[in-house]
Amino acid sequence: MIEILDERKKQVLETGKESGGIACEKASLAGSVSQRACVFCGSRVVLYPIADALHLIHGPVGCAVYTWDIRGALSSGPELHRLSFTTDLREEEVIYGGEKKLYASLTELIETYRPKAAFVYATCIVGLIGDDVQAVCSRVAKEQSIPVIPVHSEGFKGTKKDGYKAACEALFRLIGKDDASPLPELGINILGDFNLAGETWIIKEYYRQMGIDVVSCMTGDGRVAQIGRSHRAALNVVQCSGSMTYLAKTMEDTYAIPFKRVSYFGIEDTADALYTVARHFNDPDVLRRTEELVRDEVNRIYPAVERFRQDLEGKRAAIYVGGSFKAFSLVKALRHLGIRTVVVGSQTGNREDYDYLKEICDEGTIIVDDANPLELSKFMIEKQADLLIGGVKERPIAYKMGVAFCDHNHERKVALAGFAGMLNFCREVHASIMSPVWRFSPAYHKRKKEADHERGESIAV
Amino acid sequence: MNVVKALRCDQSESRSSVSTQNACKLCAPLGASIVFRGIENCVPLIHGSQGCSTYIRRYVISHFREPIDIASSNFSESSAIFGGGDNLKTALDNLTRQYAPAAIGIATTCLSETIGDDVRLYIEQYRKERKTRSIPSIIHASTPSYSGTHMEGFHAALRATIEALAEGGACEGTINLLPGFVSAEDLRHLKEVLSGFGIGFTMLPDYSETLDGESWADYQKLSAGGTPIQSIRRMGRALATIQLGRGLGTVRTAAAYLEEACGVRAVTLGLPIGIRGTDAFFDAITQMSGIGLPAKYAKERGRLVDAYIDGHKYVFGKRAVIYGEADFVAAMAAFLDEIGMVPALCATGAATGRVRETILSNLEHSRPENVQVFEDADFVGMLEACRAIQPDIVIGNSKGYFLSRKLGVPLVRVGFPIHDRIGGQRILHTCYRGTQQLFDRIVNALMEAGQEGSEVGYSYI
Repeated sequence: MIEILDERKKQVLETGKESGGIACEKASLAGSVSQRACVFCGSRVVLYPIADALHLIHGPVGCAVYTWDIRGALSSGPELHRLSFTTDLREEEVIYGGEKKLYASLTELIETYRPKAAFVYATCIVGLIGDDVQAVCSRVAKEQSIPVIPVHSEGFKGTKKDGYKAACEALFRLIGKDDASPLPELGINILGDFNLAGETWIIKEYYRQMGIDVVSCMTGDGRVAQIGRSHRAALNVVQCSGSMTYLAKTMEDTYAIPFKRVSYFGIEDTADALYTVARHFNDPDVLRRTEELVRDEVNRIYPAVERFRQDLEGKRAAIYVGGSFKAFSLVKALRHLGIRTVVVGSQTGNREDYDYLKEICDEGTIIVDDANPLELSKFMIEKQADLLIGGVKERPIAYKMGVAFCDHNHERKVALAGFAGMLNFCREVHASIMSPVWRFSPAYHKRKKEADHERGESIAV
Repeated sequence: MNVVKALRCDQSESRSSVSTQNACKLCAPLGASIVFRGIENCVPLIHGSQGCSTYIRRYVISHFREPIDIASSNFSESSAIFGGGDNLKTALDNLTRQYAPAAIGIATTCLSETIGDDVRLYIEQYRKERKTRSIPSIIHASTPSYSGTHMEGFHAALRATIEALAEGGACEGTINLLPGFVSAEDLRHLKEVLSGFGIGFTMLPDYSETLDGESWADYQKLSAGGTPIQSIRRMGRALATIQLGRGLGTVRTAAAYLEEACGVRAVTLGLPIGIRGTDAFFDAITQMSGIGLPAKYAKERGRLVDAYIDGHKYVFGKRAVIYGEADFVAAMAAFLDEIGMVPALCATGAATGRVRETILSNLEHSRPENVQVFEDADFVGMLEACRAIQPDIVIGNSKGYFLSRKLGVPLVRVGFPIHDRIGGQRILHTCYRGTQQLFDRIVNALMEAGQEGSEVGYSYI
């Protein structure tokens, strides 16, 4: 029997049963085995795809080694982001300070790799041992003539969301450097897409077809120079709103660039995103091209989606992802496949997000904030989920219980964004749910038997 | 530049850079977590930021493809200032409520160690405060990630476990086996071998089931398996302890503690890889048990000798790069040496100052001038060295794929982590049977490279 800890009960609700809102945006409960990571993780995932920058992790070795080449963030050019650099602090630096090593590391790395900028991530103990990271960064910036930017990402100073904010602050320091290069009129910045498996390229191609120019991508296939001119774009289009809305708001305040929150997952949300941008520019040609694009793409993929739906109709899904904006899209995308969402949760959702989830989910759906493996398995069993959508940490929970799985986390190597991504998503879900291997799983067998039994009883009644 | 130069001079000869670039080591709490999951019904608790446990979980899950719940005391800013005692106690309470574990294994981090948290005191207080309730056994290992690698964490956790649990008393004539950080398949094989001698034994840790278990019928809060606490208590009454890891003889290990505190003789052997390495292991058991080599293993040995002869020409003089944990590298180097290969570069992220001697003292055929040993190594430094060495093959974990790809030579995947293939936990490295598999894989990899690189492409080699 799995019990939910008292302190966590308010972070769980079932739609239709409870009228109040969910508790969220809290620090994880000690000992609860949260699926969240830390402030550093938030900063690292956002800045990671900037491929021509040096990413130096200042601290003992762990933080660097666990984040070496883990994202599926592709680059069309340099691949400096795929290497892992750390000051690898040892006992003597913990005692005497790490500034000297930081200075030497930055200097040698910049001289070796000639990056366009450097990010220095401060991890847990950096402040505690008294390192003045800003001072070292300023000195090296001057000597090497590139921006060297500290990222204040000490793991314990909040949650992953605070890490997003620290990353946005670091990005903001790169923005506004280039006022000279010529720019198109209908230019946007893509925020919050990380080019996992080439997703930014899919989205950029849509905008190209619509006649919209992309000034910068933050941070998918990102380049320092692009970011430097991004303040001259006409619109910020923000996906993964949890991570990048802060930057969009800062740019709105500073440079008067409006922003729109969008998602590129699923058919409606991708179409909505493109229409939102087209409508913003209110150019008849752009609108027409957008309509054509959406129509063509939907026509292209719809027959295939329908074929998948025939196999998947009536299945039930559990969703547990980092940001809740992605969860919204997934609930909708699954409907196209005839799959009902029975459990949905996120690591970093806010009250508004969860209220919206409540609205779009069917009655009897469990909504959970900052869940742990025990809770996830409990809800999956109770709600008889056939599929879990999550990341690598959630995968074994599903597989051990004979439940299909779709990886929608930042390690994935399959593009799931846009219309093409919807098709990949269908394939992923279909391949897992329809696999013949489940019949060998004892848990799957048990679930089937119980479901048959329940059905038998209801017929008997 | 002077600071860079000065710092480089302080380092071991094998380091060409101050910073660590693509680290060849993991941090200490990871090793400790592995040990704690090798104890029956024990849950690891990392005393630090939430990210430490989540990153380590993801890293371990990606190799074993199994659930591993690792809790965190989830430091906040106030715990970093006022100490993490309250968080630790909350975590102990919540873990006990949720998991009802037999033991909780606490591993500290750079954060809790740097602020000087007195975990021993917290545990004492906790035991006093909670004396009316039954609480799990609490094990505490000091594992700051600025000190050593994951192997220091592994051995610190082993020693802490023994110190916390083992009891002395009249000798029961059993053997303790401390196998080191080997695969789940290795652990199963070592148990089979010892069982074949009909002698009572306790192996610690034993994650052969907990981290490579069956598919489930019901959810398991903590995967079944692991060394039972009761058996660990009796380790102080064993006849002898065999610890596998050539470099361990001079370190404060669990075996050393058992010898000092309980009078259990400690025998240090290299990991049983290769014929000589395995012979030494079997000789030790034969002596302790008074039972001769079982016919089954005599046959395995015989077949291995036969295979060595069949394949000797394909491997003779081939230069290999081998990297990973120091003891693993030492055993692999001795194996390569005995089949006529040259362990041209032996690299480890560990910086103990003893690795070179440990490795070289076990080579019989290779000339020392043809063998480079890198301590405190990283993969970028190894790649540089390889430009001159021109190796024929790379042998080690997935993180060396980068090397193999750049050098255009095959990678034979062994050790931990295997993140780019399935079944890393089922690779057998040890004893005659494991050596047989390694030998076949190495010969075949070289054959394949020759075949692929040949214009003719014979199917008959």
